[in-house]
Amino acid sequence: MEIDPVMLARLQFAFTISFHIIFPAFTIGLSAYIAVLLAMWIKTKRQRYQKLARFWTKIFAVSFGMGVVSGLVLSYQFGTNWSEFSRILGNVLGPLIGYEVLTAFFLEATFLGVLLFGWGRVPQWLQLTAATAVAVGTLMSAFWILSANSWMHTPAGFEMREGIAYPVDWIKVIFNPSFPYRFAHMVLAAYLTTAVVVLAVAARYRVADKFPRQSPTMLKMALGMIMVLAPLQMFFGDLHGLNTAEYQPAKIAAMEAHWDSSEPAPLLLFAWPDQQQQINHAAFGIPGLASLIITHEREGLFPGLNDFPAEDQPPVLPVFFSFRIMVGIGLLLIGIGLLGGFLWWRGKLFTARWFMRPLQYVWPLGFIALLAGWMTTEIGRQPWLAYGLLRTADAASPVPASSILVSLSLFVLVYAVVFGAGIYYINRLIHKGPEPEVLEAPSAPMAGRPISGAESGGFGELNRERTND
Amino acid sequence: MIDTLPLIWGLVLAFAVVVYTILDGFDLGVGMLFGLEKSEANRDLMMSSIAPFWDGNETWLVLGGGGLFVAFPLAYSIIMPALYIPVIFMLLALIFRGVAFEFRHVAKPHHHWWDKAFLLGSLGAALAQGVILGALLQGIEVADDRFAGKPFDWLTPFSLFCGGGVAVGYAMLGACWLNLKTEGELQQKMRAIAVWLLMGMLLFIALVSLWTPLVFPRIADKWFSLPNFYFLWPVPTITGLLAFSVYSALRRKRALWPFLGTVGLFIVSFIGLAFSTLPLIVPPDISVYDAAASHESQLFSILGVLILMPVILIYTIFVYYIFRGKVTPETSHHSI
Repeated sequence: MEIDPVMLARLQFAFTISFHIIFPAFTIGLSAYIAVLLAMWIKTKRQRYQKLARFWTKIFAVSFGMGVVSGLVLSYQFGTNWSEFSRILGNVLGPLIGYEVLTAFFLEATFLGVLLFGWGRVPQWLQLTAATAVAVGTLMSAFWILSANSWMHTPAGFEMREGIAYPVDWIKVIFNPSFPYRFAHMVLAAYLTTAVVVLAVAARYRVADKFPRQSPTMLKMALGMIMVLAPLQMFFGDLHGLNTAEYQPAKIAAMEAHWDSSEPAPLLLFAWPDQQQQINHAAFGIPGLASLIITHEREGLFPGLNDFPAEDQPPVLPVFFSFRIMVGIGLLLIGIGLLGGFLWWRGKLFTARWFMRPLQYVWPLGFIALLAGWMTTEIGRQPWLAYGLLRTADAASPVPASSILVSLSLFVLVYAVVFGAGIYYINRLIHKGPEPEVLEAPSAPMAGRPISGAESGGFGELNRERTND
Repeated sequence: MIDTLPLIWGLVLAFAVVVYTILDGFDLGVGMLFGLEKSEANRDLMMSSIAPFWDGNETWLVLGGGGLFVAFPLAYSIIMPALYIPVIFMLLALIFRGVAFEFRHVAKPHHHWWDKAFLLGSLGAALAQGVILGALLQGIEVADDRFAGKPFDWLTPFSLFCGGGVAVGYAMLGACWLNLKTEGELQQKMRAIAVWLLMGMLLFIALVSLWTPLVFPRIADKWFSLPNFYFLWPVPTITGLLAFSVYSALRRKRALWPFLGTVGLFIVSFIGLAFSTLPLIVPPDISVYDAAASHESQLFSILGVLILMPVILIYTIFVYYIFRGKVTPETSHHSI
């Protein structure tokens, strides 16, 4: 049997990057959360912030390790499976990856050591600095990698000579047309994803009547984030969509399953797009709403899939559905924010068990929305690897299908074992919860002064916290 | 005018690879030595002697791979498909040992599988890196700027031999690191092992030094032609002196010098290999000039290196300074 090596290489990339993105998305948000918790601990000297920071740092450590090793795979996969991509676009994209390593990876990886092992060895301010450095590092990493990714969607600032891309204007390369929107959308998604996890963990503790002091703090912080960020994310998502309509009309047409450019488009709530016949089955939608969203006119026209030859159309079905999953979860999060906000305002947030019970299970929502969003944009870019420049099929390595098949099977196997174990351990850590441990006196000479915040959590602190509950 | 940027970038990459082999070398080495130590307390000590550093160390490997993509995309697009199997093997091995750090800690007391993952992952990664080195030295078949060989071209007695050499070298670095970072019985044991590993390492260095010029005429030409021979004779001499100083430092129970001397041995060996190969980057045909990214790309990225590399080195040294001194059972607890 003949297997298409390009298809295998695509499967392998989709598999490894989908696994990878879960961890950075989580750690971008979590590192910022830990830095905020540490800052609040230092400012208020309340022990609950310190306990929460340590608790989430444990979870961060497990997640970050998985993010690092799965990311390492990707940095080599550009070459092993996509060597033509590297040869043709390396001049333009290489330096962006280089800056990611130099500005982000070293910063994160080096200060992670301090964040994890510095307790009791370094002063508080340095602990906070390390957490901040890690958080900034993850953001820088997102900046550069999304710049490179956005360039593949909306290439700019380059010229082609003899089939190879050469940079002309670095500012245009880095700040290519879709980058600002994609960056905002992804960073918000990362913070939201983390907030949803924190919310679910807090709800789990409320339901189980555990950690009465820490769980309201987590609940309030997470809910506050969701109340602000979920609507903001909708707004930025809309801007991103308009940008896509301008630069990648075929993708928008696929997202809306809009075949015929001569008619206004309804907002389809459901449909079964049929690429063969170029029509939708069982379509059900609100007339003119997609036109209104994209062109700001109910009767507005925008390109449909019939404007593109079949070989330039993205696969419509997965793009159509993954987009709807993402938006659906976005709306659900806005709803959770509104309902939670209302309960908070009425003073019933911590006691509303009917609200807490389902909330325990919302933790995967952010991850699912994030993956669905990435599938929308990446499958929507097909058949191009760099939009209009390089087709995915022309970017693969001269490697036989058998090699890719074996490595793909190994990746699936290893990831199942390693990440299965990782998620199991994270769940166990969450089950155990924040530990009521008291810091030992610092022994190392680096610690110039005692960790006063940790020791201030005496009875006065307990009493004060009780009145908060 | 010949563009000097490709050569500068070549040196930067060589620097990244040297730093990587030294830094991740000692922590992969500790991982391999893990198998020789049965006591749980000592295993914890070994692990915590490298736990704060391994992540930063491994980033140099990302810089190596990423840097190749940045500065020499053509070389990257040839080497990766050619060395597909050992590269994937190395990545899988690194996954196992990387996650073992945290998993082993949180899985206690049911962590013996992660002990094995840590040991075998470290060993596998070291062997794969040596095989990659050997496969690069022996050369890659290229036609029309693309890899034109077979999937198993890399698999030769020479590349396997290099795999063994790198693994022994890393184990030596690991033993010297533990000699530096631990005390008492564990330290004595590592010192004893280090003497044997030093002998093994020297044997590999000597055999590779003989093997390469005998089999690859281009390397023989470089070493045994005049005037090169005049300024190359110090290389084997310095290697011998360093090896002797490491040996006597181990006998005199010094903490720091065996490690520094072994680092010196790595650097000298690397200079020898770089001299044998540069300006080729994909032997036998492709030089750094052929493979270089466009001038603008190399210029833009080298500016980043020149500005950021000193900063990276400063904070890396700072973190090593924070965690200086011996690891003891008291400080070896995972502190979060």
